[in-house]
Amino acid sequence: MNWNSWLPLLVILSSLLPGLIIFGLAEERIRLRTVLNLAGALVKLALVGWMLWGVYHGHDYEMRLALLPGIELVLRAGPLSLLFVTLSAVLWLVTTVYAIGYLEGSPNRSRFFGFFSLCVTATVGVALSGNLITFLLFYELLTLATYPLIVHRGTETARRAGRTYLAYTVFGGALLLLGTVWLYTLSGTLEFTPQGGFLDGLGDEHRPALMIIFALLIVGFGVKAALVPFHGWLPQAMVAPAPVSALLHAVAVVKAGAFGIVRVVYDVFGVEFAVGLGVLGPLAWLAAITIIYGSLRALFQDDLKRRLAFSTISQVSYIALGVAIAGPIATIGGVVHLVHQGLMKITLFFCAGNLAETLGIHKISEMNGVGRRMPWTMVAFTIGAFGMIGAPPVAGFVTKWYLGLGALEADQAWVILVLAGSSLLNAAYFLPILHRAWFRAPSDAWPEERDFGRKETAWALLLPPVLTAALALAAGLLVMLPFSPLEWAKLIAAQEFYLP
Amino acid sequence: MSASFLYALVGIGLFSLSLYGLIVHAHLLRKILALNVMGSSIFLVLVALAKRTNEAPPDAVPHAMVITGIVVAVSATALALTLMLKLTAETGRAELPDDQRESH
Amino acid sequence: MGTALTDSPWGVMLILLPLAGGMICFIWPRMAQVLGLVTVFSVALSVVGLAWQMLDTGVYRHAVGGWGAPLGIDLYADGLSLLMLLVTAMVGFAVSVYSAAFFEREDATRFWPLWLFLLAALNALFLSADIFNIYVTFELMGLAAVALVALAGGRDALGGAMRYLLAALLGSLAYLLGVALLYHGFGTVDIALLAERVDASPVVWAALGLMGTGLLLKTAVFPLHFWLPPAHAHAPAPVSALLSALVVKASFYILLRLWLEVFEPLIGSEGVHTLLGLLGAMAVLWGSVQALRQTRLKLLIAYSTVAQIGYMFLAFPLAAAAGVAAWNAAAYLAFSHALAKAAMFLAAGNLLRFGGHDRIADLDRVVQRLPLTAAAFALAGVSIMGLPPSGGFIGKWLMLEAALVQGRWDLVAVIILGGLLAAAYIFKVLGYAFTQADVVHESRAVPASMEWAALLLALGAVLLGFLAVPVLSLVGIGDPFGASEIRP
Repeated sequence: MNWNSWLPLLVILSSLLPGLIIFGLAEERIRLRTVLNLAGALVKLALVGWMLWGVYHGHDYEMRLALLPGIELVLRAGPLSLLFVTLSAVLWLVTTVYAIGYLEGSPNRSRFFGFFSLCVTATVGVALSGNLITFLLFYELLTLATYPLIVHRGTETARRAGRTYLAYTVFGGALLLLGTVWLYTLSGTLEFTPQGGFLDGLGDEHRPALMIIFALLIVGFGVKAALVPFHGWLPQAMVAPAPVSALLHAVAVVKAGAFGIVRVVYDVFGVEFAVGLGVLGPLAWLAAITIIYGSLRALFQDDLKRRLAFSTISQVSYIALGVAIAGPIATIGGVVHLVHQGLMKITLFFCAGNLAETLGIHKISEMNGVGRRMPWTMVAFTIGAFGMIGAPPVAGFVTKWYLGLGALEADQAWVILVLAGSSLLNAAYFLPILHRAWFRAPSDAWPEERDFGRKETAWALLLPPVLTAALALAAGLLVMLPFSPLEWAKLIAAQEFYLP
Repeated sequence: MSASFLYALVGIGLFSLSLYGLIVHAHLLRKILALNVMGSSIFLVLVALAKRTNEAPPDAVPHAMVITGIVVAVSATALALTLMLKLTAETGRAELPDDQRESH
Repeated sequence: MGTALTDSPWGVMLILLPLAGGMICFIWPRMAQVLGLVTVFSVALSVVGLAWQMLDTGVYRHAVGGWGAPLGIDLYADGLSLLMLLVTAMVGFAVSVYSAAFFEREDATRFWPLWLFLLAALNALFLSADIFNIYVTFELMGLAAVALVALAGGRDALGGAMRYLLAALLGSLAYLLGVALLYHGFGTVDIALLAERVDASPVVWAALGLMGTGLLLKTAVFPLHFWLPPAHAHAPAPVSALLSALVVKASFYILLRLWLEVFEPLIGSEGVHTLLGLLGAMAVLWGSVQALRQTRLKLLIAYSTVAQIGYMFLAFPLAAAAGVAAWNAAAYLAFSHALAKAAMFLAAGNLLRFGGHDRIADLDRVVQRLPLTAAAFALAGVSIMGLPPSGGFIGKWLMLEAALVQGRWDLVAVIILGGLLAAAYIFKVLGYAFTQADVVHESRAVPASMEWAALLLALGAVLLGFLAVPVLSLVGIGDPFGASEIRP
């Protein structure tokens, strides 16, 4: 194996090895743990940067390992993989900083950061997977690594949430396994094949089987992606500490599920083939229902994190919708939302965490006037919220624009109604929060204020949301730059649809 | 039918009877005895089947197997009896204890 | 060096070393622990030697004393035997290290001779080339195992041991009667010769019925599994590990051998393998449900064994059409289960030692104080659940593949459902690793070697997830599953 095949593995190891070491650290070794965490995150970012540069210059990074007779474990760096892995690497660094600040003084930090690192390892593995079985392997690893993070606090609510999470994800995993093995027995290969998938050769007698397999795979991925009706675990998982919610909802679990759906439609079935099978229509409907349902439920939540959770359920389905519309422009919209939603949602969760940590605020009704007390946090929150609503110039607007255009291009005008409805609902549940925060007078005392002197809150808690909000803004404003997420998504769509 | 065939049938019959005895009796000593009779019945079958024709000497291999089997049976019986004694010392009865309750 | 390696009678050493070691341990109790460890280590080295030799020259056959079959005893090893020998050596070594720290002085002097005799019996069994030798080694194994179960004394252990003994003896006697019938019918007990001579006559059917039932009883296949939970749960932890990991696999191995070689002409008929598949399916489901219902950890793990054995029996109906693939799946499952289950029992032993009890509901504090043990249990659980990456996943994948290719949706459902149930009972235990700490019951500290032995076995089970290709090619030495024969 030469350097080109080692690089993907190194990217994975850059979080696995620190994680394993951290497990063994005593609770008091704060500095060493912090160093390991940050070093791992920085090394990973550097390696990903190298990989980006290399792919841009035409290098090929691939690692193959024999897993079973006839099946290999494949790690490959293609444009779609790179999109997701870069997002993961950047956001992991940011979340690590945030988590270090957030969990200061909490028990079991070594255990937390150990599993945290395992979580990122699994996510990066999912991103770099080159075939369905590698994807499955890392996807299940993700389940195992995130469970301890959800139950971290150890309370009865946490354990119940963990049990629910497991019930959903293990069930989804079983369906995924079944679909994958079945597919393998029919097609003899599981390699991700851009531009058409690998199922073209199969004859018509397999149509019913393929439709069922599609359903199995989509449900399997849809559980983590929180597609209705498999979303039940997500609101309950909010009991986890804020860094976990941020990571899970922006990068790891939910995105992995959405990423899986993207892979299945583009690189396993292929868009043309899927259209021919007639399975994309139901997927579009499912995504649309999820979008509306999530937003509706969000309206009625008073707990801030739960409102954000339902918002996530709604927003991630934009990706599925973009994929299901099956046109190049819609693809761009769906794929770019992987990045945009990640940036915006993580900002919102970081802010929610700040409010909880600094002022003890968990409910929206407690947020009166908080904009004056924590201006930077609320500015970041505002940017994220505008992005969710789809207001320019934040990144969310770009997504909605492309999805809308794509719907028109593919003769699915009804999608525009869904998008419009969703924007209205998003406004309905975000604008009141902003109004409360900026324009209402604060109540006498915050529920549980911690003193940070003259600062708004700890640096480690403040910088991450500001940074990600800025990135979300930049992703929307600077779309013309060659390395913007949008241009990247255009590249991916072009590759999928044979466009020049 | 030939004598050896008769012996073999008796052996099978004994096997069945002792199997019944093993299952039905509760007392451990009876169970152990039943197992012994089962073993002996199989040895009987082996020896009976060892006879080939009236002229040729009997086949020695089954005889060797019987001897080995006897040795094994003796060791097994010894272990079984010791276990039974220990169990009786613990529980006061030479029977299999009831299925598991929470004992500690 | 090369020829010395390949010419040495590794097979003979595999049997003689533990026999001699066991006897010396019995005569010289003060040195039992050290001698025991040294013996097991040298056995492990011998297995490696045998593997080296077999990779070089293929199948291993050795006539003990120079007298060949049919009157003498042959030692024979192909890929499948080698796999079982390897598993025995690996698990045996880890459990020995564990036991060195686990047993007190008095128990130790009784443990080591018995364990070494068990090891000798296991090795001899896997190397046997004729069905009568199998009977003898089988009995030896059973007696040693029963004595080990009764080691600690006490009502539950003695009761479990007695049940085990009665079941074991019944099983082997049924087997012996089958041997008698086969010998009478075909004039030989050598497996290879029998394979050539056997045909589908009533005698063979009767033998199959007797031997099959006896072996099913000893493998604790549903519904003949009644003796297993009490025995495995009440034995000392390392003994439970040996029983679940190795002893149970031995009778499965015999059944598999007989099925592949001696009873081959009967395979075509639907009845038997459907029955075996059905029993396997019921074992998976019933065993898993029972495991879920347990309140005591070791009983949970014991019922999990009942369930996992069921998976291996699913290979029988699948092999009728998919042949090698299904057997490979069963072999891989056996290997991974041995490592994972041994790790689990050792971990349970640690928890028991630390907290003084094994009630699942009260495990919290204990589990959190023993992170290595918790990790061992978790990793072993991953393999038992069949989640990637682990040997259990590979086995599950192979089995699913075989089932899907043949359209056996019933078996697919059983495999998937079994995995879900396993996840339920594994996480039932693991959930307690993350609760808020309550009261500490600390009775005794757990030595590091005990924790590491469990963890290393669990890591082995996970690592197996990446070693499928070399392991399966090893199993293929000597073509035990008849891949070269074209099946209809």
